[in-house]
Amino acid sequence: MRLQYPPNVKIICLPCTGKVDLIHILRAFEKGADGVYVAGCLEGACQFGNGNIKARKRVEQAKNILEKVGIGGERVQMYNLSSSEAPRFVEIAKEMTEKITAMGPNPIKMAKKKMAA
Amino acid sequence: MIVAKQKPLEEIIEELQDYTKILVAGCNECVTVCEAGGKKETAILASSLRMYFLNQGKDVKIDEVTLERQCDHEYLEEIRKVIGSYEAILSLACGVGVQFMAEKYFSVPVFPGVDTCFMGVTEERGVWSERCQGCGQCILARTAGICPVSRCAKRLLNGPCGGSTKGKCEIDKELDCAWQIIIDRLKELGKLEQYEQLSPIKDWSTERAGGPRKITREDIRQ
Ligand code: SF4
Ligand code: SF4
Repeated sequence: MRLQYPPNVKIICLPCTGKVDLIHILRAFEKGADGVYVAGCLEGACQFGNGNIKARKRVEQAKNILEKVGIGGERVQMYNLSSSEAPRFVEIAKEMTEKITAMGPNPIKMAKKKMAA
Repeated sequence: MIVAKQKPLEEIIEELQDYTKILVAGCNECVTVCEAGGKKETAILASSLRMYFLNQGKDVKIDEVTLERQCDHEYLEEIRKVIGSYEAILSLACGVGVQFMAEKYFSVPVFPGVDTCFMGVTEERGVWSERCQGCGQCILARTAGICPVSRCAKRLLNGPCGGSTKGKCEIDKELDCAWQIIIDRLKELGKLEQYEQLSPIKDWSTERAGGPRKITREDIRQ
């Protein structure tokens, strides 16, 4: 199945979403990412037990922080899908792209540009 | 260990409003274990603060460092050479560390990033509870190794109050009655007769009631 997903989505491969730390998500935003989403396996189907549950909690923590620092908690999301669901993967990539496009660019990126100018 | 919890981000931001060069200093010991001020939390907080100030259009330099301990001279000395380049320090160590930092670097403003709560244990990841109040005269030998000073709401020394119900404390149905645990353990140890022995009146002068405490050991002092 060769499906197309929006080219602005950059994939970072990890052995398990349990490897995603809060600092990884924050650094992505600090470096200027407009949005981040974590695509984990379906809940209950984690090969390592509860990696995707841990990831969900960290995404929640990131949301909380992004909201407080004024970037917007909605810019980070957790999704759960199985590795065989390619059409769903594309759907999520589109959904997230539309959502972030509507929110506009990461204000940090804009502030950095302004400061450099 | 000393158990602390991180202050709300809003409060930390408020503390730091007036500064443009800030060092966020974590501690590798107690606050690392209770996930309040270790290397990870230091990185997360520093990143959050950088984003907050940038978003406010403020050019604030925020660096991070995590010291082995902040309650010992030798580790605090490690930042002496860089301290001059900061206007303020946000310490994520317990109150001990924050104060030792403030005493050592007398002309630099030091702010606390955590609320220091108690001396306790990790029951499970994310759950910590109190075990010791540092009363200065340990009575655990008489109480089957369970401390009524820190674990009984009324600090009773001679058996439970009338509020002890089905093993729980009257102040909170979720909280085990310390004296129930003491009695259960004395039974288990076959030493229930100890329960009959009255505890003498405790000398509270070795606790905080006697003012700030200090230990000086001439045998090892240099
Ligand atoms: S400064 Fe506080 S948190 Fe750090 S090691 Fe010392 S007692 Fe523990
Ligand atoms: S119920 Fe037990 S723990 Fe609670 S105050 Fe009374 S004796 Fe202390």
